[in-house]
Amino acid sequence: MIEGLLIGLGAAFSLQNLIMVIAGCLIGTFIGMLPGLGPMSIIAIMIPVAITIGDPSAALILLAGVYYGAIFGGSTSSILLNAPGVAGTVATSFDGYPMARKGQAGKALTIAAIASFCGGTIGAILLMAFAPMLSTVALLFHSAEYFALMVVGLSAIAAFAGTGNVAKAVLMTLLGLIMATVGEGALFNMPRFTMGMMDLQSGFSFITLAMAMFALPEAIFLVLNPARSAQGGGNGKIENLRITREEGRKIAPVIGRQSVQGFFIGVLPGAGATIASFLGYAVERNIASKEEQAEFGKGSVKGLAAPESANNAACTGSFVPLLTLGIPGSGTTAILLGALIALNVTPGPRLMLDEPQIFWAVIISMYIGNLVLLILNLPLIPYIAKVLTIPRTFLIPFILFFTLMGSYIGQNNATELLILVGMGVCATILRFADYPLAPLLIGFILGRMLEDNFARSMQLYDGIGFVLDRPMTLGLLVIAGLLVIVPSYRARRAKARQKGVADGD
Amino acid sequence: MALDRWIAFVILCVSVVYAYAAFFTMDQLLPPFMQRNPIWPSTFPKVLSIMAIAASLIIVLGLEKAPDSDKEPDIDYRRLGDYELIPALTLLGLMVAYALLLRPAGFLLATSGFLIIGAVVLGERKLHILIPVACVATGFVWYLVEEVLGIFLRPLPFFF
Repeated sequence: MIEGLLIGLGAAFSLQNLIMVIAGCLIGTFIGMLPGLGPMSIIAIMIPVAITIGDPSAALILLAGVYYGAIFGGSTSSILLNAPGVAGTVATSFDGYPMARKGQAGKALTIAAIASFCGGTIGAILLMAFAPMLSTVALLFHSAEYFALMVVGLSAIAAFAGTGNVAKAVLMTLLGLIMATVGEGALFNMPRFTMGMMDLQSGFSFITLAMAMFALPEAIFLVLNPARSAQGGGNGKIENLRITREEGRKIAPVIGRQSVQGFFIGVLPGAGATIASFLGYAVERNIASKEEQAEFGKGSVKGLAAPESANNAACTGSFVPLLTLGIPGSGTTAILLGALIALNVTPGPRLMLDEPQIFWAVIISMYIGNLVLLILNLPLIPYIAKVLTIPRTFLIPFILFFTLMGSYIGQNNATELLILVGMGVCATILRFADYPLAPLLIGFILGRMLEDNFARSMQLYDGIGFVLDRPMTLGLLVIAGLLVIVPSYRARRAKARQKGVADGD
Repeated sequence: MALDRWIAFVILCVSVVYAYAAFFTMDQLLPPFMQRNPIWPSTFPKVLSIMAIAASLIIVLGLEKAPDSDKEPDIDYRRLGDYELIPALTLLGLMVAYALLLRPAGFLLATSGFLIIGAVVLGERKLHILIPVACVATGFVWYLVEEVLGIFLRPLPFFF
């Protein structure tokens, strides 16, 4: 391993490759900030550039830099504008945006940068140590386990619901799942619930829904209540950038735990950064102390650090199946696989033996990418945070324009914009009545994967019997059940205790 | 009845329609060979619709009592008239107009118009700053999307 590490270091620390990393990080960060352009599309755009470079290590280093930059850029728009452009950064906006509204935008960005850095670095170390072993474990996960894993992810929504709001959160999740069934599913070649409309044939698009659920209601609220924008970071304080020692102590264990957990979730093909970030958020909220739990969703540093480190670690983890098995676990790694093949490199079990310099150069480039990102972005944060000091008369039309643009360039379809406005109005009304919107989006994202995996295991095992046949599936489903039942049971008990009723044991 | 229960009622109605569609309209269309599958396209929607009906009934009937929270809501919908309702509705109308005009009027015209009118609705009066900023931003975004990303956006009205 030491030998491999040295080969990688030698390859990565040439002048050309360092320039590649820096360029990649910068390009990724700036394009990633636009909602609607996630890492996947940016890497796809960069592939022609990477291929013309010719040297596979340099090309991969460039793409890895773009990848990390794009993820960080995506977090930036989640934190500053509540407009998550990528599914993986939706959880970041839960606490990042409230922090920005409290005038701590600079601090939120700093925490995001540091958490991403640690997540990515710890992920890279784990990748180095466990890659060969993990590839065998990942193969143990069949569609039945994926189905169960997603049910666990959905049950974790109980974490988003305050006491007495479990039914609302569950209902919103179900609504999201229902919306995911609109359109043509992968397994059954027939359109469902499209009401004969061609525009619904491919279902609702994720980006439209994300904009309609988060960015649009927020913009409408800002218009409705002008005092609201005055509260939020109007003075753009830059001295708030530093994290206090106490906060550092608070987030350090969170970052540690979530980097490891996120990495292992990322290793499973198909699970990826989205599930890792939601689960990370839910787990941290559940194990936090009572006072800290109340802070979640209102600008908790822990709630921001957890999804940020988890999604970066998961991105690194998703390289395990790619590099060791040749199976891309996510859309982004699928595009990277395409780039690798175009560069005449075939990832798979033989890669580590046949072309160690590429394998190790990728891993080393992950370290460098993370480090460069941190060094480049920390000084830039005050300027990025200045976005919030733009007067609201300018800022709000621009936010609205970017939400429109985000959903338009994805589909190139003007009907999408009408759907966006319609759903945005519905989301605003739901927010009036205190319905949580995050579960809806989570249900929508996971819905299709959930159904596909369920259908596949039903077909493989010819019926529902797989739940009992596979102990791991059963175990995960039991955990999911507990996640839903325990919080409402606890709430009931707490209420009974308040009334002075003995609750028995 | 409070707003949240009204919303739950609306969702209940939607789920009932969805359930009707799932239970009674989907299975006839299924080709015979697919009927031998253990899972049909309607299976998952059927399960979902029943769960959604149950969850919305819990809220409509008020079975789960939320603890009385004294926290002030972001926006109190009971006093909606006290807020800047007219600009908000105008902006929504403007977004619809943008969606309808984007193709016929072309990207540059529709976008700069949207940005300028939007800012004026919100009370911006410094037109000598606003108009150049809106036009430059529009041109920049168009250049980025069209030239750098290679996504076609019709820049000018259709008759050009």
